Amino acid sequence: MRNRELISLILIALVTALALWINLVPSQTFLGRDVSFRLGLDLQGGIQVLLRSTDPETTPDEMETARRVIERRVNALGVGETVVQLAGNDRLIVELPGVENPEQAIDTLRGTGRLEFIDSQGQFLAPGTVVRTSNSPNPPQLSATEGVTETVDPATLGPIYQSITDGADLDTSSVQPTISQTGVASRPAVSFTFRGESATRLAQFTASNIGQPMCIVLDNRIVSCPVVDAALTDGSGVITTNTVEDRDAILNQLKYGALPVPLVVETTRSITATLGQESVQASIVAGTVGLVVVALFMILFYRFPGVLATLALIIYTLISFAIYRFVPITLTLPGIAGFVLSIGLAVDANVLIFARLREEYRRGRDIRRALELGFEESWPAIRDSSVSTLITCAVLFVFGSNFGVSIIQGFALTLGLGILISLFTAVVVTRTFLRLAAPLFREDRAWLFGIDRRESLAAPPAGPKVV
Amino acid sequence: MEKLVARRYWWFLFSLLMILPGMYFMLLHPLVTTGKFAFGLRPSIDFSGGALWELRFADKAPGEISDEAVAAVFAAQGFDNAQVRMSQVELEGRQVADAIVRTRPLSETNPREETAAVEAALQAEFGTVTRERLESVGPTVSQESTRSAIIAVVVATLIILLYLTWAFRKAPHPVRYGICAILAMIHDVLVVLGIAAIFSTFNQRFEVDALFLTALLTILSFSVHDTIVVFDRIRENLINRHPAETFDNVVNHSIVQTLPRSINTQLTTFFTLTALLLFGGETIQNFVLIMLIGLVSGTYSSIFNAAQLLVVWEHREWRRWFGRGGSSADERSAAPAN
Repeated sequence: MRNRELISLILIALVTALALWINLVPSQTFLGRDVSFRLGLDLQGGIQVLLRSTDPETTPDEMETARRVIERRVNALGVGETVVQLAGNDRLIVELPGVENPEQAIDTLRGTGRLEFIDSQGQFLAPGTVVRTSNSPNPPQLSATEGVTETVDPATLGPIYQSITDGADLDTSSVQPTISQTGVASRPAVSFTFRGESATRLAQFTASNIGQPMCIVLDNRIVSCPVVDAALTDGSGVITTNTVEDRDAILNQLKYGALPVPLVVETTRSITATLGQESVQASIVAGTVGLVVVALFMILFYRFPGVLATLALIIYTLISFAIYRFVPITLTLPGIAGFVLSIGLAVDANVLIFARLREEYRRGRDIRRALELGFEESWPAIRDSSVSTLITCAVLFVFGSNFGVSIIQGFALTLGLGILISLFTAVVVTRTFLRLAAPLFREDRAWLFGIDRRESLAAPPAGPKVV
Repeated sequence: MEKLVARRYWWFLFSLLMILPGMYFMLLHPLVTTGKFAFGLRPSIDFSGGALWELRFADKAPGEISDEAVAAVFAAQGFDNAQVRMSQVELEGRQVADAIVRTRPLSETNPREETAAVEAALQAEFGTVTRERLESVGPTVSQESTRSAIIAVVVATLIILLYLTWAFRKAPHPVRYGICAILAMIHDVLVVLGIAAIFSTFNQRFEVDALFLTALLTILSFSVHDTIVVFDRIRENLINRHPAETFDNVVNHSIVQTLPRSINTQLTTFFTLTALLLFGGETIQNFVLIMLIGLVSGTYSSIFNAAQLLVVWEHREWRRWFGRGGSSADERSAAPAN
């Protein structure tokens, strides 16, 4: 008996020490893992978008290519903790935390990156104009906008210009940042090279159109219309831009290849770091107040066992935080709400046990027996309540796998996890503490345990219990 | 405490008083005010699609900007019928105007141009504007969310039914216990939906979103479990009852026994939820509030509805409800026996 308690106590001490270590280690690493808290976008600011392919015949392979291209573009942005994942057959989820100008970043990411030379029929088209090309006659920019369902008359969209090169033939390894020197002014630029048939066609076209303009088009938007000085035999060209930011955006789109499918933004959520920070502070206050009030209640109402329950609650909090850090579990606002709620549930089991303990003691059992009975008889209720909440969490978690309601998952996860951890702390930890403390108990110190036999006279008559 | 069961119709009346106003605002109020039938719940963009903007006007004090002025700027940029709700927020020690604006979803092809245009127009009109939050949900996504919300509710209900069947597998009247537990659960759903309808009518910021559904489902699991604990005690005490004890007495006695447990376990949860409500920030306020209301309703319904309904069933009292005047006298004369 004593031996078993000692083993339990050592186990509890080990788990607590481990949790403390993970929570307090100055380097924020444990077993080579980063154990700092991961905050969701709603707490640290950032953007989350759901991109959908507008091509109804998108194949899984194309989506996978799109995912890889976007992932490489995202990595080039150099922000941490990004997410790029496939959702269903034609969608991609992209998350960028802590980005300065999130909408701009998303625009760059989802740009198809299809670079073309077109035969502008001798015209100088204004940069920024959206044009139809023979390789991409129906750009999404020109198709129906929100709420407009009637088909647009193709004639009103303007002429289709002949594409000289195909975006797929761009040699991505040749895409380099450069400086364009025009007279004295130097401007940031991107150099590139076409391969294969596109290079041949470009050579043929430029050879026969010297002195004529020829337009460079990126994703159906005119970039510039330089005049052909000489035949471009090596398929190479330069895009001149006005700012370094513009250049980097174009560079990013071209360097990692073109997207095989055009993507539109179906759903977007963005939040500033300011608002996220406010939420973090509010959550910390709410969590602390919740913890303190529950601890006070337990101590005032259950006295010495209440103190032990509070100790168990502190261990509970330490273990929860350690798991959030180690797994890691990304904390969102509903996730923190789930944790704070679980503080209340974590002492639920203790309340059940202590209520039973009082009842058994009043019935004239000695403290040890009352203690053991308290745990034994309240177990079915604790088990049932945990199982029913866990099932609800599971349903909520599955429901939350839908992109539109993914906010729920954080709540379901922390609440469910809280139930499991509290089974350990409220049952194993409290029981060990109480068993070890049982020798301290004396009849004249019964008030310490918040129990009194004399009350039993006032209590309703009770038959033997079978639970 | 001895008359908890004897006063059962008072408890039912109280429940009815809690539910009926909510049902009016849920089902009839839209019909009365607009002449068209509609549910009195305001769905959020999670389920109905659209965009939600949170804007802060650092140069403007609260009250300096009207809802209409903001809506007009949105309309000029192609967002007709923007619903604007002004409020205030503390920024660097002073109160500034803050707006939550609900509009149609952003364009799928060039959302950045739309947001940039709106922001520029707002800046021109009101000075410094920061867009703290922007959520835009397209129609397909919101339809999918709605569909899966319905599936989640159905699945959760089925699981709760299975759980009830399992919990009462050994009881003498499993169907009776099960139905009474379900009635108590329906009570909680009606209370929460009714209060949500009242909020939807009077509080412009209240919306039924994914978190509302989460709160509802979580509450149901708490409530059903509470009912099971009370019923378990009743079953236990029935097995060991004295021959002289009436059914009413056993139920009353069981309620009294489980009362401290029910109240204390709910209290701890109540404390943490209240802390969240007061300090947890505005984003989850509605969620926590619904959870709190549901928690209280769940505890009430397990003690004052579910267990009392068992007594009603035991005496088959409904035969008297619509009978002649003499029947209620029977009941009154039966009461002192408790």
